[in-house]
Amino acid sequence: MSSPQVPQVVAPRGAPPGQSSDGPDETIPARRPSSIARTFSRGFLAKILLLAVVDALGVYVVMAAWAQESFGILWAMVALLVVANWAYFTRRAIPLKYILPGVAFLLVYQVFVVAYTGYVAFTNYGDGHNSTKEHAIEALLAQNEKRVEGTEAYTLAVVEGAPGLGFALVNDGEVRVGWADEPLADVPDAVVEDGVITEVPGWTVLPRAAVLERQQEVVDLRVPVSDDAEDGSIRTQDARNGYVYRSTFTYDEEADRLIDTSNGLEYAPNDEGNFEAADGTTLPVGWRVTVGMDNFVQAFGDTRYSTPFFKVLAWTVVFAVLSVVLTFLVGMFFAVVLNDDRIRFRRVLRALLILPYAFPAFMSYLLWRGMLNRDFGVINTVLLGGADINWLADPWLAKIAVLVVQVWVGFPYMFLICTGALQSIPGDLVEAAKIDGAGRLRMWRSITLPLVLVATAPLLISSFAFNFNNFNIIEMITEGNPRFADASVPVGATDILITMVYSVSGLDGGAAKNYGLASALSIVIFIIVATISVISFRRTRTLEELS
Amino acid sequence: MAVDTMTRRSTQAAVAQPRMSRRRWWSELGWRYVVAALAVVYAGAPILYIISASVSQGGTLTGSNRIFATVTGANYAALNETRFWSWVTNTMIIATVTAIGTVLMGAAAAYAFSRFRFTGRRVGLTSLLVIQMFPQLLAFVAVFLLLLSLGEVVPALGLNSRLALIMVYLGGALGVNTFLMYGFFNTVPKELDEAAKIDGATHAQIYWTIILRLVAPILAVVALLSFISSFSDFLLAKLILQSEENWTLAVGLYQWVSDRLSANWGLFAAGAVISAIPVVLLFIFLQRYIVGGLTAGSVKG
Repeated sequence: MSSPQVPQVVAPRGAPPGQSSDGPDETIPARRPSSIARTFSRGFLAKILLLAVVDALGVYVVMAAWAQESFGILWAMVALLVVANWAYFTRRAIPLKYILPGVAFLLVYQVFVVAYTGYVAFTNYGDGHNSTKEHAIEALLAQNEKRVEGTEAYTLAVVEGAPGLGFALVNDGEVRVGWADEPLADVPDAVVEDGVITEVPGWTVLPRAAVLERQQEVVDLRVPVSDDAEDGSIRTQDARNGYVYRSTFTYDEEADRLIDTSNGLEYAPNDEGNFEAADGTTLPVGWRVTVGMDNFVQAFGDTRYSTPFFKVLAWTVVFAVLSVVLTFLVGMFFAVVLNDDRIRFRRVLRALLILPYAFPAFMSYLLWRGMLNRDFGVINTVLLGGADINWLADPWLAKIAVLVVQVWVGFPYMFLICTGALQSIPGDLVEAAKIDGAGRLRMWRSITLPLVLVATAPLLISSFAFNFNNFNIIEMITEGNPRFADASVPVGATDILITMVYSVSGLDGGAAKNYGLASALSIVIFIIVATISVISFRRTRTLEELS
Repeated sequence: MAVDTMTRRSTQAAVAQPRMSRRRWWSELGWRYVVAALAVVYAGAPILYIISASVSQGGTLTGSNRIFATVTGANYAALNETRFWSWVTNTMIIATVTAIGTVLMGAAAAYAFSRFRFTGRRVGLTSLLVIQMFPQLLAFVAVFLLLLSLGEVVPALGLNSRLALIMVYLGGALGVNTFLMYGFFNTVPKELDEAAKIDGATHAQIYWTIILRLVAPILAVVALLSFISSFSDFLLAKLILQSEENWTLAVGLYQWVSDRLSANWGLFAAGAVISAIPVVLLFIFLQRYIVGGLTAGSVKG
């Protein structure tokens, strides 16, 4: 696909014939004598500097990823750096130079993220299944530690040094120090007075008050006795005496079994990412595994989820449709009323009418939340003369309230686009209708409405898609409340799909985290929104304008 | 055209009948003024109320119910004892950087798609169209998880970092805006580039000195829409910015209202009035562009 202008460009520069064939790249040989790489123009220097900064940051990320053993991030970053350096130093990829920055962000923060949602939807990622199997085993071993019966109590002091907190303890007259990552080792020249460790070279002995302040940290600290994990670790409850703790669980790597040594029970890993004993009991910490369609089956099949899900889905559609229809009707009504040249101060009136649109939407929602407050809100106390209407706690009233707010926030937008559409209605149409004796209503129904609808249809569809996921209005006004009484998931009467996903994910802190189910619900929304978009694109025919 | 016809018609009517009868005036124009007055009251009352609440004494919800009963700056002064101003700074930095980044990256991509013919161009445009159908906001769980792992490697790109939030917003930039810009770039005649090329301009010179100047209106629209969308974003900001000093206005004001609404009302009102001012001003100055941008297919909440 060569563009026709290229040969014209090359010819005047006196390129040797035969080299000026096709493609923008072919203009380069003609210009080579004055190449920017030789003249070191400002632009070239800026490019080199920018690229140097990007490379430096990139290499830093690669090294950090190496240290953390995050190989996914490492390889993604390496790939990005290679492509970036190639794109900006070759002469063959001019379009890529312009597209690359945006595409890099797009790939990481949108394409990857959407794809990752697809992956998480098929896993049991969430509380209890947060990490890898290795981490789960580590956590289980640590959780089941018990003081080893019959071992001696060591005199102990909490010390602080460069690696953080550590323990110093007296063992056979010698002071030994260790911290979370490093087993106990002898420290010469430490001072012990009256059975209390007072000085340890290289460490500060924490005074009593400081220990109390960091009580939780001290209680959680485990200092390995030796390099062998089987020897157990030192822990303390009172910061004075340390005891050897050992896990009652051992992990048999070869058989892949976790064994509870206190009762001999063997736990084997199961398909759900848990260790399971023969009698079916599972251990609380599991790991992430793919669970196939389980999340979708749960969302649609399990009545605890499916009943609220379908209620929420229905309300989401009703909310989005009514949002568009009501705001459109109100906006269009005002547009029709003001669409008369004889009205004075039309510009001022229009500017005043779009005030709610200029006011940031999320603040409008919060503002209305206060105005709708049952006890002190201005609507109950002033407008309705002291009525006691619990706007936001009754399922129906709350829905109406949300729509009322939506109309206030959204009508100026519809007013604007309808005003635009009205002004493009040919005057002779109106005149002809008048001559035919059409009344006002008839004219509105048969001429104005259809013409305005045709002009604004694509905008109405995108407005529908937007409101379908209007997270802010629900979260800011009702937070999805009032809650469904019968649902075991934290969703309510005004929740729409995206706020339901927010609640189910547990990221709002209201419930146990369940990223898997939340992602599965996201996928459902993706499908609905994509369908709407396809319909919208068909109508606007963006696809045809591509070429 | 249409306006012309209508003006002509009304002048004709005026010539034929110099003064409308009172009845006719009412049925043709008078009621329009009444409706317009009601509409202005409807649109303006809540805004008037919040301004009044912001200058009311006591700063409670009840105390704000009598419009302009008292006028005091107490609520505004009280903002200094909160983290409000750091939220303002955070929001401005995040929204401005996002807007600039969005414009730069979107314009560059639109330039490439509009001016170069290269392998993969059609595929690229089509994939952008498809990607556009999957809003980033819906994948917020995955965004959270991605930042969780990124943060373990580079804390500045992980949770509770403003830079990370900006990067996430920039990730959504291309999908939303490229088409808007692409269409506009196509309206700039190619002959201009060609003339410059003949004069020896490089592609970079053409981009920076010719094209970008000619498409300034669409750059303004995209910058404004991007500014407003990151200004109003709540979900991602709330998930990513965890400690209070990093919050944006949306997160902070939400916290005030959702937690002890009545007591914080004055603070919220004063904060809202202050933070609405820049946005309202932007709207008034760029109104012309916005209306154009709106009809090009962008929606604000």
